[in-house]
Amino acid sequence: MRKNLNVIAAYSIMMGLIILVGIFQSWNIALSIFNLCLISAVMTMGANIQWGYAGLINFGIMGFTALGGLAAVLISVDPVQEAWSAGGFNILLSLFLIIAMVLAVRYILKNYKKSKNRTYIVAAIIILGIVIIRFISEPGIEAIEGVNPAKTGFLGGLGLPIIFSWVVGAFFAGGLAFVIGKVALGLRADYLAIATLLISEIVIAIIKHEDWLTRGVKNVIGLKRPAPYEVNLQQTDWFISLVEKFNSSKLNLITDLTERQATLNQLVIEGSSVFVKLCYSGLFLVVVVILLILTQKALYSPWGRMMRAIRDNEEAANAMGKNVVKQHLLIFVLGSAIVGIAGAMLVTQDGLFTPGSYRPLRYTFLIWVMVIIGGSGNNFGAILGGFVVWFLWIEAAPIGLYLVNLTTAGLDDTHFLKVHLIESVPYFRFLMMGVGLLVIMRYRPKGILPEKIEIK
Amino acid sequence: MDFVNAIILLLNYIFVPALAYGSQLALGAIFVTLIYGILRFANFATGDMMSFGTMFVILFTFYFQSVGISFGVLPTALLAIPFGIIFMVGYMLIVDKLVFKYYRINKSPPVQLAMVSIGVMFVTQAVVRIIIGPSDRRFFDGEKFLIKAGEFKEMTGLNEGLAIKSTQVITIIVTLILVSTLFWFLNKTKTGKSMRAYSDNEDLALLSGIDPKKIVMITWVIAGILATIGGALYGLDKSFKPFTYFNNMLPIFAAAIVGGIGNPFGAFLGGYVIAFSEILLTYAYKKFFMYVLPESMEPDGLIQLLSTDYKFAVSFSILVIVLLYRPSGIFKGKVL
Repeated sequence: MRKNLNVIAAYSIMMGLIILVGIFQSWNIALSIFNLCLISAVMTMGANIQWGYAGLINFGIMGFTALGGLAAVLISVDPVQEAWSAGGFNILLSLFLIIAMVLAVRYILKNYKKSKNRTYIVAAIIILGIVIIRFISEPGIEAIEGVNPAKTGFLGGLGLPIIFSWVVGAFFAGGLAFVIGKVALGLRADYLAIATLLISEIVIAIIKHEDWLTRGVKNVIGLKRPAPYEVNLQQTDWFISLVEKFNSSKLNLITDLTERQATLNQLVIEGSSVFVKLCYSGLFLVVVVILLILTQKALYSPWGRMMRAIRDNEEAANAMGKNVVKQHLLIFVLGSAIVGIAGAMLVTQDGLFTPGSYRPLRYTFLIWVMVIIGGSGNNFGAILGGFVVWFLWIEAAPIGLYLVNLTTAGLDDTHFLKVHLIESVPYFRFLMMGVGLLVIMRYRPKGILPEKIEIK
Repeated sequence: MDFVNAIILLLNYIFVPALAYGSQLALGAIFVTLIYGILRFANFATGDMMSFGTMFVILFTFYFQSVGISFGVLPTALLAIPFGIIFMVGYMLIVDKLVFKYYRINKSPPVQLAMVSIGVMFVTQAVVRIIIGPSDRRFFDGEKFLIKAGEFKEMTGLNEGLAIKSTQVITIIVTLILVSTLFWFLNKTKTGKSMRAYSDNEDLALLSGIDPKKIVMITWVIAGILATIGGALYGLDKSFKPFTYFNNMLPIFAAAIVGGIGNPFGAFLGGYVIAFSEILLTYAYKKFFMYVLPESMEPDGLIQLLSTDYKFAVSFSILVIVLLYRPSGIFKGKVL
């Protein structure tokens, strides 16, 4: 108990802050912060597995998040039959050709010795393949994008419940991580960082511009929900009576019947959106708890000890017969898969998929700030980092406004400096993140909750 | 005649823009490579440092314009650049003293310095946005075109016009002067040589009496000059927007690594490699083939290898290929 005191204290302070937001701003805001904190926590857990356990830098978090989001679209949207009949065959054929091309290249790389001729043949296969695939896919893509472009213009998905996409998102992200890992894991740390950053940009470019698959910048809206809709809730009897029960003391004070009914209606509308958010919180909390149990178990298992050994001294671990390359690949795939789950959760919560909104600052660097501030190598720390940083990211504007008002209290309200500063309040969040990261890295380099290794 | 038209077409749409864009990337890439070679970390604040310098150039340009100072046909910003450089170098030295120095003296691993540079990136981004705001700004004045497309057509009687913007010419000339001075400095002067020695082998350089503090300071000064001029030229040619500058970090990194990181000459050429491949691969060659081929063979499609949406993706793919097959870069930088 004693040694976990700081963990408990940190988490209670965090929950207290969110509850304060609930009391002073509104429960709606508090819950939406809480939900995004949970999603951020899942992302940081993924990054923490890679960085904290194995010392691998992954600056491609944005790409894996977007792939998770793509999974949500491909699983939950109903298939567009018309588009499938218009261009489905061409797309399937090109998919088949891509697989054939990859297999052919693999076959050649495996069975022939390294030589100039081999390189030329591989290059020829790739170039020829790309040309043929473009010829086959182009009419198909045009046909698909021509099908009712204002509403669909893409192939659609499978029409399954969106919850399944959380698993599929993990597989998508894990698959991409496998490919990247095979290619780039041999690089030195900072090159790996740059390479993954750029590869994630390529992934986003593809998602943004392949309209037949993702609708691109036209966005996919109105995804199915795992939670009830507010409008439906507002008309269900049990929900109305539930709201009535909760607020009975407040309602009893009002004697006028019509006025009472009006207040009740207002409360039901507010309550419905809080209730929906609570449903999401429950779902996300289940994911976070399951992942936390799994990662904690892994950390203290022989496998976790091996990972730390590899992180701390690669050569020694190698000499002890551990396959460093294989373990690095494994952990890269696992961590990225967790990030993929978070991506799918994010799209599930928003109910829309907007490829244009994936930016490295928000989805890669901010997540890294969370991991570093929270405490790399410690799962509780990583989750806490997700909470703290997301909370500050959202609440930075009000805090910044307060600070500006405080420091410029002596100035006139129309003074140009004050007006300018108040206008630029939204950017205080960048300042806060940067200064926070720098201070933590300098004075507490292991994070708020540092890694603690218990030797039993 | 058709053949000349085709050449002019390529000059107008590929060669001149790529040369200008490549010069802007090259300056940034040398900045990255110098920091990497001498201070030994990947500076993720590159793009934002460039926007910081450009911001001061813009502020001074606006000030000069309001006072009524102008540079004739040339943009006023050229006059403002030296003042921008002073602020940029000052900022960099302060950041180095407050942030990077601690890790350098403790001999932290490069990864930790890269993480710290992310913190600097966030702070710089905030400062730029608070001072000048996130919106798009144009600060170009003076003569816009050196040769206008219409005039060129009249002059030569060709079908294709060649338009050369004055910013493109300024960019190329300034880059050439700056880069040749830099190479002269690195190769011929004593300070430059000691910088290269420090980059090659730190311990040996220290043994032979090179003052590390001086080397670090000079590196930041050169970096500040490169960042400000590179950023200002990009802003003059296109426009200034903090978010675009942040994004430019990616092709700049690609250029530095493709050229061989730690090798300034490689970075210089890497900028052009990236710029030319981006533009060559995404240009629609339909018109070119219409000129070159006989009428019966005229192409139907656009003859575009990749859609322009994939412009950035091209440079990143080149980077990945280079990292795979020649990890030290085309021009042999540091071995990974």
